[in-house]
Amino acid sequence: MLSDVSPRHAPWSPDVALETIGAHAGQRGPLLPVLHALQATFGYVDPRAVPLVAKTLNLSRADVHGVLTFYPDLRSTPPGKMRVQVCRGEACQSVGGHALAKHATSSLGTDFGGTADDGSVTLDEVFCLGNCALGPTVTVDGRMHGRVHAADLDLLLSTNDVNNADVSGDLT
Amino acid sequence: MTTVYVPRDSSARSVGADQVVAAIELEAARLGAPVEVVRNGSRGMMWLEPLVEVVSARGRVAYGPVTPDDVAGLFAAGFLDGDAHELGQGLTDQIPWLAEQDRLTFSRVGVIDPLSTQDYLSHGGLFALRRALTMTPQQICDEVTQSGLRGRGGAGFPVGVKWRTVLDAPGSPKFVTCNADEGDSGTFADRMLMEGDPFMLIEGMVIAGIAVDAHEGFIYIRSEYPDAVATMRAAIETAYQAGWLGSRILGSEHGFDLEIRVGAGAYICGEETAMLESLEGKRGVVRAKPPLPAIEGLFGKPTVVNNVLSLASVLVVLAHGAQFYRDFGVGHSRGTQVFQLAGNVARGGIVETAFGITLGQMLEKFGGGTISGRPVRAVQVGGPLGAYLPPAQFDLPLDYEVFAEAGAMIGHGGIVVFDDTVNMAVQARFAMEFCATESCGKCTPCRVGAVRGVEVIDRIVAGQQTAANVVLLQDLCELMTDGSLCAMGGLTPMPVRSVLQHFPEDLDRPEGARP
Repeated sequence: MLSDVSPRHAPWSPDVALETIGAHAGQRGPLLPVLHALQATFGYVDPRAVPLVAKTLNLSRADVHGVLTFYPDLRSTPPGKMRVQVCRGEACQSVGGHALAKHATSSLGTDFGGTADDGSVTLDEVFCLGNCALGPTVTVDGRMHGRVHAADLDLLLSTNDVNNADVSGDLT
Repeated sequence: MTTVYVPRDSSARSVGADQVVAAIELEAARLGAPVEVVRNGSRGMMWLEPLVEVVSARGRVAYGPVTPDDVAGLFAAGFLDGDAHELGQGLTDQIPWLAEQDRLTFSRVGVIDPLSTQDYLSHGGLFALRRALTMTPQQICDEVTQSGLRGRGGAGFPVGVKWRTVLDAPGSPKFVTCNADEGDSGTFADRMLMEGDPFMLIEGMVIAGIAVDAHEGFIYIRSEYPDAVATMRAAIETAYQAGWLGSRILGSEHGFDLEIRVGAGAYICGEETAMLESLEGKRGVVRAKPPLPAIEGLFGKPTVVNNVLSLASVLVVLAHGAQFYRDFGVGHSRGTQVFQLAGNVARGGIVETAFGITLGQMLEKFGGGTISGRPVRAVQVGGPLGAYLPPAQFDLPLDYEVFAEAGAMIGHGGIVVFDDTVNMAVQARFAMEFCATESCGKCTPCRVGAVRGVEVIDRIVAGQQTAANVVLLQDLCELMTDGSLCAMGGLTPMPVRSVLQHFPEDLDRPEGARP
């Protein structure tokens, strides 16, 4: 397991987890907002958070586990320092998306859904980012880039500043 | 002070709009030129993004696509006075691509500052809501029904009929939910509306609340749209402050509370019952229907589930009357559809036009051929579950019923263009692969059928008993269509069958051929 998580995330702490859960527990159908909040705080939903969520929301651990494992966005392991998503949708396929996907996996040294051995980057596939007239599209640390081909991706990754992530996407 | 518009739309940002703003502000400061930059939504001419507009004495003048390196030259050429430059596109409103559309739902997108209440009001905002406040719920439902407005999410169910069902259903509280889980590749109209005119969606939700006697609403936005989430959240906060949401809307007896919920990467949550499950905090597994969500929806209560564009289009209906809206369109497809031209297309973007335009007209008049310059081989209409159509079918008018008869669908209005380098066997396989990845797993035809579909197509492509496996694939498609619980498994065969029908040469592999 990676100990070195992304610099913008807090290290695991049950107290912080309980505080995060409590902040979202009062709403209707709170489980998904709670899990989003935990992931925003820690970068992933630690398995140690599952019983805490279950207890606070009066659910079974199986319920929480079921939801946590259903949604592709929710991770149970820490992400790499940088997060890259490559769109695999048809609109991006039509303008070179297959080649870009192949380049991303080979140059980053991981398959989709995986993290590079050195923990530097997590690579995910995504089905559509809504940028379908300006594909191929990728995101790097939450920021979207259009018209990205292999050389553009290399440039983006070499110049990306992990401390300058796009924080507009607070999804909790 | 000269006003310069540069979009805040995430698509415009993806090709450098923020950097262009920084360059404009820097150059203006260097020259001591008084410039105010306003971040608008996008006009939807994506190939011109970042599109910079300058408010001149003649009107708004457009320049694009602008890079930061162009900025000094634009200043030197006098773009602040709307003077000529090689990137100049003339007066924005007179650009033919834009001028020839029927921008009803998208009338404000790209025109206004999305979060300015003043801009919203001065461009017709709240007109529909004020009118709705003078009407009874039944009258609102009737007017929406008379307009012929059908759900823009893909299924095309009459919006007014759905509202009337919720209004008449026993139970309390009732809910209004907006499906903003726009997962189809090739579609981005919901995103652009939420980023470019968020108050329109809020107003539509409030009107739906009045029409069905609901006081609570949720907008379910996919996590892939962080900018839309941020813009909608900011707009909701502003709307509360302005009295457009909350306990006494515009001083009336009506109250309505609205909140945003964010998805988590599951395509299936765009299916309405899966979305309701997700809103309840559960796995996004589809429900069997009946009961319809209108009778037993969110938390088991009567619930409106409408797409972003459906709710926004209601404003056009109420502001201008049912007849005005009905007068656009053909047959049972009334009004306008916000089409999205995407993929390998020279001039992609938002084309809002009356139903009835042919696919070919859409591609020629607006699309302008492929960006690669190669001939068009196929067009996928209606997202990943829509058919691939060859040029021989380009005379089809964009009309729900005509498309259905041709084994295709309009869906949410996405049109993805492919040139002649596309391998249609790969696209057919992808349809099955996508279904296998995204299936919620509840019903067997979808969960297992999609996996088997990938395997059968792999055998066909490898030249193993090609003829027999094509028959098997057709059988599988029939079973998935007839036996699946929802549109995910039920429509995945549509693109596959369209490849079998229109592009059989890509699957006609000689015995023992290698992929």
